[in-house]
Parts: sequence; C-alpha cells; structure tokens
Amino acid sequence: MAAVISAAAPLAAVGGARGAKRVLPGFGLTLGYTLFYLSVIVLIPLSALFFKTFTLTWEQFWSAVTGPRVLASYRLTFGASLFAAVVNLVFGLLVAWVLVRYKFPGKKIVDALVDLPFALPTAVAGISLTALLAGNGWLGQYLEPMGIKLAFTPAGVVIALIFIGLPFVVRTVQPVLEDAEKELEEAATSLGATRFQIFYKVILPHILPALMTGFAMAFARGIGEYGSVIFIAGNMPMISEITPLIIIGKLEQYDYAGATAVAVVMLFFSFVLLLVINALQAWQRSRTGTKS
Amino acid sequence: MKNNIASLLAGALLAASVVGSGLASAQTTTLLNGSYDVAREFYKDYNAAFVANYKKTTGKDVKIDQSHAGSSAIARSVAEGLDADVVTMNTSTDIDFLADKGVVAKDWNKKFPGNASPTTSTMLFLTRNGNPKGIKDWDDLIKPGVQVVVVNPKTGGNGRYAYLGAWGHVRAKGGTDAQAAEFVAKLYKNVPVLASGGRAATTTFLQRNIGDVLITFESEVVSINREFGEGKVDAVYPSTSVLAENPVAVVERTVAKKGTGELAKAYLDYLYSDEGQEIAAKHALRPRSEAVLKRHADVFKPIKLFTVEEYFGGLAQAQKVHFNDGGQFDKLYTAPK
Repeated sequence: MAAVISAAAPLAAVGGARGAKRVLPGFGLTLGYTLFYLSVIVLIPLSALFFKTFTLTWEQFWSAVTGPRVLASYRLTFGASLFAAVVNLVFGLLVAWVLVRYKFPGKKIVDALVDLPFALPTAVAGISLTALLAGNGWLGQYLEPMGIKLAFTPAGVVIALIFIGLPFVVRTVQPVLEDAEKELEEAATSLGATRFQIFYKVILPHILPALMTGFAMAFARGIGEYGSVIFIAGNMPMISEITPLIIIGKLEQYDYAGATAVAVVMLFFSFVLLLVINALQAWQRSRTGTKS
Repeated sequence: MKNNIASLLAGALLAASVVGSGLASAQTTTLLNGSYDVAREFYKDYNAAFVANYKKTTGKDVKIDQSHAGSSAIARSVAEGLDADVVTMNTSTDIDFLADKGVVAKDWNKKFPGNASPTTSTMLFLTRNGNPKGIKDWDDLIKPGVQVVVVNPKTGGNGRYAYLGAWGHVRAKGGTDAQAAEFVAKLYKNVPVLASGGRAATTTFLQRNIGDVLITFESEVVSINREFGEGKVDAVYPSTSVLAENPVAVVERTVAKKGTGELAKAYLDYLYSDEGQEIAAKHALRPRSEAVLKRHADVFKPIKLFTVEEYFGGLAQAQKVHFNDGGQFDKLYTAPK
C-alpha cells in the first residue's frame, strides 16, 4: 500500500485494485457526494435554463432563435471558435512540444506564461488586446495603414478566442507528450523511418486523443466566451455580434425566455459537437489501440 | 446496499450543511441603494450628505451601501431577490419591470415629485478638442466621413436615449416617422463600433481614439473631464435633444421585510432638498429645482428638450416599437443593404 501512495502513479490506479483499501472513504459516500455536487453545480442550473424556455410556445421559441441577427451571431460564434481552436491545435501542439522536448533558458517562465489566459479576468484580456490592435495601438498603428484591420472586426474575435483557448491544448497535450517513450522514436529511426513518418505514425497516434480533448475544450470555451470578445468585437449587428451578446441583449430587454431559448440552442450545438469529438476520439482509440 | 444508501445520504447532508453555513445573516441598520454604474460618484457624495443630515434631524446613525451595475442588470437582481431598499435608475422601464414583478408599487412614479425623478439628463455630443469636423447639430452626424460612437440600444439605456434623441430631432423639426427612420438609418451607417454600455463607449472614443463624435449623457462630460483631463473633448449642445429622467423608487418588498420604509422614503425625499439637488448639479445631473438649475446655468446650457412621451408614447412603447426583437432598430441592420 505504501508503495502505491509514494509512487507517482495516478490515483485512478488505486481505485482499480479490487478489494484494496481506498484512500478516499467508501464508494457510496463518494458517489453520493459526486452526484449531489454535480446536481447543485451543473444539473439544477441547467434545468432551470430549460424550464424558462418552456414558457414559450414552439413558434415563439423558433422565432427567438432564428432571427437574422441571431443566425448571424451563430455563424460568427461557432465559426470563430472553430477557427481559433484549429489554430490552437497546431500552435498549442508546437508550444507543448517545445516545452517537453527542449531545455532552454527561461523555460519555467514560458511554461508559466501558458497559464496566464486561465488566470486573467477575460475582460482584462479583451481590453489589452483591443488596446494593442486598435488603430492607435502598438500593433494596430502599423497594421491599419497596410489595410489590416483586426480590432472591431470578426478577426478580432478570432484573436481573442485564440488567446483564451491556448492553454487548453498545451496543458492537455503536454503530459501525454512527456509520457511518450523516446525509445519508440529511436526504434523507428533505426528502422529507417523518415521524420514525417515518425511524427505521423508514432507520435501523433499517441497524443491524438489528448490533442482532440484540448481542441474540444478550446472550442467549447470559445463558444461561451464573453468578456474578452466584447471589447474587441465592435458588436455590429450581422457582422461582429457574438451569440452571448445576443443573450445579454435579450436580458436587457427583460426577455428572459428568449435569452434562455438562444442559450439552449447554443448548449445543444455545443453538446452535439463535443459528442462528435468524443466519438471521433473513441474511434481513433479503437483503431490504433491507444489507451489513455 | 442499505449501508450504501446511508452513506449516500450522509454525503448529501454533509454537503447541505456546508452550503447552509455559507449564508450570512442580514444587517438591519443599513440601507441598500441599487443604482446604475455611472451614478456611483454622485451617490457617494450624496450618501455622506444624507447620513450627516439624518443624524442631525433624527439622531440616528445609518449606513448606506451601494450596489452598482448596468441599470437593467440591477433591476434584474432586485427582481430576483437582491435586498435593495431603494432603486435609483436611469430609465423608467427598469422600474416598470420591477413594478410588474410586484417588487415596487404600481404607481411608483406618483410617489415622488416630477415623475419620481429628482434629476434628469439629456444626450449631447462630445467631439475631439476644437471640434475639427465642425459638428453642431444632429444633421452633421449623418455627413459622409463622420464617425459616430454610440452605445448599442439593445444593451444600454444610454444607447436607447441616443437613438430616441436622433429620431425625435427629426420629429421636432416637423418631420414624419418615415423621415426619422431614414435619418436614423443614415446615422447608424456612420457608426463604426457599437459599444455595449456607456463606459465602454467612452473608452472606445477616448482611449481607442475611434470616431469623431460620441453621443452620451450630459452627466458623462464631468466624469470624462475628471478622468481624462479638461480640454480633451468639447461638449456640443444640439438644437434639440431628449429629456432623460432618472427615476427612483422604494422597493416595497424589502422595506416590508426589513422595516426600513421610513428611512427609505427619507433617503429619496432628501434627493429633492436643496442640498441633494446641489450635489446632483455638481455631477452634471440636471436638478429639478429651478433655483438650483439657474445657479448652474453655465453647465446646463439651455437646450430644447422633448420628452419620450411626446414622440414615442413613453419608454415602454418606444421599447416595443424600436428596440425589441424585430423592431425598428433590428430593421436598420437586417434590411438588405
């Protein structure tokens, strides 16, 4: 038992040992607490959301969630979140790779920097990004004369979402990459594999589930993001209004039911998308036999 | 199995007790004023004056707490149970909403003088120092090449009044609603950024240097001069503008529970006193008192003001026709360009 505790083995391994004494007391107690906690924190608030929309007739619901401005906002919110998550997928992997595979001065600082978007109030991020990219900002003053307008456009929304989504990919991929056995790559090299083959056939299958998880989390976060986007978007109807702003707008006119209706639509699509991503991961695992 | 259920229950009870102990008990000697963002500085000064006066006249100590957010955000939290004793807002729709919920009296606007609005404000223009684009009146805002910063009427009272000001200006000149709609459409074509609230608009205009003119409340001018230094902006008074009332009400639900009815009334009554009006004037809120208004004639330039009642049949009606989903404002942005 002592060996289990002192070893760095994940806690899950402890629970897996049948009949062994567990670190946390009893299955009943812990499950009871888990269910209670999930109900209070997640299920009850979400069901309140659904109950509010039940006050609408089907026609009212439909017209609340399919207005032209609302549709335009779905396109922006889901499109920008997807785009930002794809960018983070590529560059987050790169950051994780550099942090795991290289030693360089200031590495600890770079490692800590990755977490900043987690810790920063998102409104602060939005205001700083706007200050940077607006026409009179550090970067904006050089970009705008070249015709590159980022602040107050959909591009600004994407940038804000890339910023807040980065840590999700890096932090999910990093530990898996650390676990990856270098010997496998060495073996592949000795068998004559090219660099691309090693990446594609050895490394990628190993980290793909983590990568997809990070991607899904960054994507989901982007969909719900409000604070960082609101300052940089310009909030022009049909062009740069995100769906959370539509919801806030409906609340401002005391249209609770309409606001929750749009929220329910967002929730539904997010859930479907996350489900699809999870299914992809499961399929990937069954195909490669990677366990994680 | 029985054992499992018992421990499951124990877990739930344990959790419930943790949640329960987190609830604090309420204080009774304090008064909570639920108010809108921009009034924070005004009420800070006013509260100090009120507390001193209350002590002098009744010998009792009181403490005033403030809760600030966007006007309708505060209204929502009060409706959902925030124990504010009084609400002081910048649009009557927010208090009407509370009246609908039965939280304030149905006839709240009869309980105090002047539609229960001790102060008013109006919309005017702020241009960059020296007014380089020569903006004098509403008509200058639709000229090509003029960029106007304004709040989204969907998300802020400030934006709603700016929109109504523009619309009403056409009506005041004898125009029809159709002409007003055309004018407003042109104006919003000149808007590069729709800010989500009053302060966000100010930031966009002054810190991001976006736009040639900002449409905002008269009272915001004082804050801007204080925050950014005098002389950065010029205040431009258009020929006509909209009268914006700042209504107040006692939250009957709270005062019945806390027994603070008298204190709440005294707190709001004092807003109409000379001292209260004087403090309001200092914060560029137009006092109801003619005498105090006259004393500050240099700040409150004469301007022909029309009420929302006059051209829109009240704010509730304006909300329905112009700002609700599918209303006039939505049509501006969803019409094929």
